[in-house]
Amino acid sequence: MQLSKDKLLDAYTRMKKIRVFEETMRDEFAKGTVPAFIHLYIGQEAIASGICIELNDNDTIASTHRGHGHCLAKNSDLERMTMEIFCRADGLCEGKGGSMHIADLSVGMLGANAIVGANAPIAVGAALRQRVMGENLVSAAFIGDGASNQGAVFEAMNLASVLKLPVLFVFENNGYAEFTGVDYHCGGGDIAGRAEGFGMPSYKLDGSDFFAVQEAAAEAVERARRGDGPSAIECYAKRWYGHFEGDPQHYRTKEELEAIRKDSDPLKIFRQKVEEAGLVESGDLDAIDKDLLSQVTNAVEKAKNSPLPNVEELTTNVYEKGSY
Amino acid sequence: MTIKTYREAIIEAMILEMKRDEKVFVIGEDISGGRGCDDFDGEAAGGPMGLTQGLWDEFGAQRVIDTPISETAIMGAAAGAALSGLRPIAELMFSDFFGVCFDQIYNQAAKFRFMYGDQGATPLVIRTMIGAGIGCGPQHSQSPYSIFANIPGLKVVTPSNPYDAKGLLISSIRDNDPVIFCEHKALLGMDGEVPDESYEVPLGKGKILKEGNDISIVAIGQMVGVVQNCIKNLEKKGISAEIIDPRSLSPFDDEMVYDSVEKTGRLLVLDESNPVCSFGSWITSMVSEEVFSSLKAPTKVLTPPHCPVPAAPNLEAAYLPDVETIISASENLKNYT
Ligand SMILES: Cc1ncc(C[n+]2csc(CCOP(=O)(O)OP(=O)(O)O)c2C)c(N)n1
Ligand SMILES: [Mg+2]
Repeated sequence: MQLSKDKLLDAYTRMKKIRVFEETMRDEFAKGTVPAFIHLYIGQEAIASGICIELNDNDTIASTHRGHGHCLAKNSDLERMTMEIFCRADGLCEGKGGSMHIADLSVGMLGANAIVGANAPIAVGAALRQRVMGENLVSAAFIGDGASNQGAVFEAMNLASVLKLPVLFVFENNGYAEFTGVDYHCGGGDIAGRAEGFGMPSYKLDGSDFFAVQEAAAEAVERARRGDGPSAIECYAKRWYGHFEGDPQHYRTKEELEAIRKDSDPLKIFRQKVEEAGLVESGDLDAIDKDLLSQVTNAVEKAKNSPLPNVEELTTNVYEKGSY
Repeated sequence: MTIKTYREAIIEAMILEMKRDEKVFVIGEDISGGRGCDDFDGEAAGGPMGLTQGLWDEFGAQRVIDTPISETAIMGAAAGAALSGLRPIAELMFSDFFGVCFDQIYNQAAKFRFMYGDQGATPLVIRTMIGAGIGCGPQHSQSPYSIFANIPGLKVVTPSNPYDAKGLLISSIRDNDPVIFCEHKALLGMDGEVPDESYEVPLGKGKILKEGNDISIVAIGQMVGVVQNCIKNLEKKGISAEIIDPRSLSPFDDEMVYDSVEKTGRLLVLDESNPVCSFGSWITSMVSEEVFSSLKAPTKVLTPPHCPVPAAPNLEAAYLPDVETIISASENLKNYT
């Protein structure tokens, strides 16, 4: 734990922001105000935060259907992201994408994605800027345990390895692909091990431990920036809620749900570690909690009160303005 | 007769065919869900839309095969199984995902019979969900049936109601060529009379839902229900519409449409696919070629605009052809001089 106090506070802020945001979205969904299905990131906060804290705005990430946490950890615009989830005109994607397609290119967030596994080659493509233009950048793909079975993911890993591209393949093993357990769907059961088969170093770690993720990310990022190619980081952390909101979760037990909340809460674990080590005062963290709650509440209120897109906008953004 | 939903009709068709023929099996994602793992003995998931509910419990894992998220492998394995004598029903959860696995459908399954000199059949059914209207956004709401119908070797079916869903699926399973069976997600909960016993609705045979003299309206999939909501209004305006549900696009019942247009002299097609090279434009082009002299007005196709399906609910509502547009298009055709 060599991190500065500022970085620790930054880490906590990213994780807590995701937590508060997603709990708020959950309430909003229950109230019926969210216009589409949402997939919550709670339980996995340390993964997005531990990776993205090692990235800067020039670095890119390619995200998934469970993308709110990735957006927030990459410092996407909170208000415009919230507006997008509510499909508003001023949302990041002008209301045309919604929860599963939020993108904020200004901070290197190349989009959530509703096609499982499609983001992996896209992240590889962004990394080509290192090879073609000599740019200093790293590109990360977040890939679910389920998505790890897609051909696109294997092809992307091989390409990144062959071309020695600065890519982090971040496997988020949350135990399930929709309602299907990883024990069933993953041949060999070793996602990181498959990546090793493509010739890249891999890590397997506890995805509810921010420090485990961040340390691996720091190493992998450094390797990538040096030009030594891709790495794979497999993080275990079960999601706390259903595949999407409204999923009755018949496929797992109450005991499992209770145990994750009790033993694998990334925020609790982080707080305990930094407070016990005397690195951060609990008052500092409480202040962050309070501030985030008001930021998120305000963003949601603002989003709900902002206008839907104009119907005339239906056919815009298909091509470059004026070109078609 | 019993009242069943579109979803129940689809499940019943699969159960009946699996009982009738042991070569029929189902393969796809999340069909059994947690049921695939050793330590879980709850109910099988039946897919996120419940379209395979009950199958696992009835037939077990041998013939109800849950897969990883690997559409290329699923479609390719189904194509290979069909070529090797089995009769797979492969589920492609959302039709949008054909982008992931199209080679196996387009270059493989569709062409086996032709390329291999008719040595064998490819009795494959790909059941897949199409359509906009329920807020699924740009990558989960498309209706790519015109793309499928463009491909020689594929048959394409678009049931608009529970009765047809069951009969068409049974015919598709018994068919000896690859069939893309397009289930509309907005219709899954639709009720209708569905006999308990097995029956076929033949591929390539349309249905006249209402006879009329002024205008022939061909409606595909979800559009059938939309046009049925227009009938009263059209009658009030003195327009007698003949409404045709083609039920399958490939093969297509062109004779039924020609006969109708010869009677009415006017043709309106309602199609949920993208407008450029839409199936609707193919229908109007065939009609112009074959029964041109019967036409009293130009043919007309109503589709969504040339853009992806938007997430915002108000944009999505504006995306689909609606009752007002259909009525005004019909009036324009009727009043054309
Ligand atoms: C190509 C494709 N196939 C299937 C789906 C349907 N689907 C959406 S999410 C999902 C499960 C993804 O599981 P995982 O990658 O583990 O991510 P998690 O939901 O656990 O975050 C599936 C099957 C899809 N969106 N895209
Ligand atoms: Mg998962």
